[in-house]
Amino acid sequence: MTLLSVSDLSVSLHGREVLRDVSFEIGTQELVGLIGPNGAGKTTLMRAALGLLPFEGRSTIAAMPEDARAKHAAWLPQAREIAWPVTVETVVMLGRIPHVSSVQKPTEADRAAVDEALAQMDLADMRQRPATQLSGGEQARVLIARTIAQQTDLLMADEPVAGLDPAHQIATMQSFKALTAKGKSCLVSLHDLGLAARHCTRIIMLGQGGLVADGAPSQVLTEARVAEIFGIAAWYQDTDQGPIFQPLDVVR
Amino acid sequence: MRLLTGLSVMVALLFVASLLVGPAGIGPGESLAALFAGDRGPLTLVMREIRLPRAMLAVMIGGSLGLAGAAMQGYLRNPLAEPGLIGVSGSAAFGAVLAIHTGAAAAFALALPVAALVGAGLGVLIVMALAGPRGTSLTLILAGVAVSALAAALTSLVLNLSPNPFAANEIIFWMLGSLADRSMTHVWLALPFMVIGWLLLSRLGRGLDALTLGEDAAQAMGIRLQHLRLGLVGGVTCVVGAGTAVAGAIGFVGLVVPHILRPWVGAHPSRLLWASALGGAAMVLAADIAVRMILPERDLKLGVVTAIIGAPLFLHLILKLRQERI
Repeated sequence: MTLLSVSDLSVSLHGREVLRDVSFEIGTQELVGLIGPNGAGKTTLMRAALGLLPFEGRSTIAAMPEDARAKHAAWLPQAREIAWPVTVETVVMLGRIPHVSSVQKPTEADRAAVDEALAQMDLADMRQRPATQLSGGEQARVLIARTIAQQTDLLMADEPVAGLDPAHQIATMQSFKALTAKGKSCLVSLHDLGLAARHCTRIIMLGQGGLVADGAPSQVLTEARVAEIFGIAAWYQDTDQGPIFQPLDVVR
Repeated sequence: MRLLTGLSVMVALLFVASLLVGPAGIGPGESLAALFAGDRGPLTLVMREIRLPRAMLAVMIGGSLGLAGAAMQGYLRNPLAEPGLIGVSGSAAFGAVLAIHTGAAAAFALALPVAALVGAGLGVLIVMALAGPRGTSLTLILAGVAVSALAAALTSLVLNLSPNPFAANEIIFWMLGSLADRSMTHVWLALPFMVIGWLLLSRLGRGLDALTLGEDAAQAMGIRLQHLRLGLVGGVTCVVGAGTAVAGAIGFVGLVVPHILRPWVGAHPSRLLWASALGGAAMVLAADIAVRMILPERDLKLGVVTAIIGAPLFLHLILKLRQERI
């Protein structure tokens, strides 16, 4: 089953072409890392695929009616916004908005979804604290928990692990992995290529205004490509403890 | 739930108190009996034609301002937003001032509120045209500020050109905001607009909750932001335009009431809507009672009292906010 299909997607912002003819599909049980240097169009690609930006080409989820799309795909924007001093639990409950007429009247299923998401992001003991009083990394986890509570087949997250400590970076990637075990898929933009290499089942690399490579981490993160697109030299090895990717130096 | 019950009881008590306060000096039992008695005596006339519309307008306008303030703050995600921000009260006031200046208000009793409603409608059409159909909340604020500034400038121009000090005085007094000497006609004129506005604003709760996470996240959760914005602007225009048309500009209610009540509803934007409506009604009722109690012979203006109550309260909230931020 295909959860997202994007074909020949092109986006121009402010008269400048950001992406041209990007095509890819995401099936079930995939954890897809979206990588690329700053300005490569990672955020633009995800927002256009969701229908939040005008674009040319085709995206299956942008074509859906708003309500159906909200039940099919969750979106975690890069800007971590929590406008009011509501509790952690309340923020996570907001993820149930597509499923309920009002978050004031949650059902048992909604509460269960929230509890599960809180437990997954290691937030159960701060559920009653005002979310605005948490640290940046904690807020990021609360917002990830919100997208998980939305219980969609596809989860799209824009730099979800930026600002998290190493333990929570790994734990977050493992949470996404756990979702794929249930038949769901995640599309996650990342700057940490090491994290992408270790945890993603597949990597999509953007650069030079389009899609550069799409495949298994070892196939995408080749020496030549990393040097050309990111301008770095890196060490990549499949070890007993999984693949290890370590950027070493700037090559240009 | 307990908060809403408490606020409702407070509004009910203040409503009765408002019916019992006045220069006629009638006992409470006597007043209420006259209100319900069917006779055409002078007491019944005072109760039904003077005090009842005044109390009703206080509830309607206060509730409207509270509701509109909570909706504006929720939409803009800013605790300093207030209903007048999108230019409604400014342009309504300009319409009313024109009616006074041209003498239309003196010739025909309803000319003033009708001119104010027309002014509010036109002002908001300009705001929506400036902000554009796909604009963000920031463009809406900027357009609102531009129209408010223009309306204020034109109002000043009318004052500047007023033929005599009495006309200028009348305009200034009207702009201070008051519920004195309003009739049931005013209630019936404002009520349909307010009911439409309340319906529009009460449907925004879900979208405002989602906006807690920002416009992008809300949109991805299935909220149609353009519908939300139209509902907000339409609702605020109806309630604030109608309120300004019958009572003049009453400030600070829409700003302070949601701010005070926010901690009581766990900062939920949707729960704040109705709590603020009740809180606004209570504040305007209380202020209108105060107007009649403090200086009964001097015709103290309602807008002055809400500002005098509101401004220090607001300063207190700012100090509290500053402490929290440190």
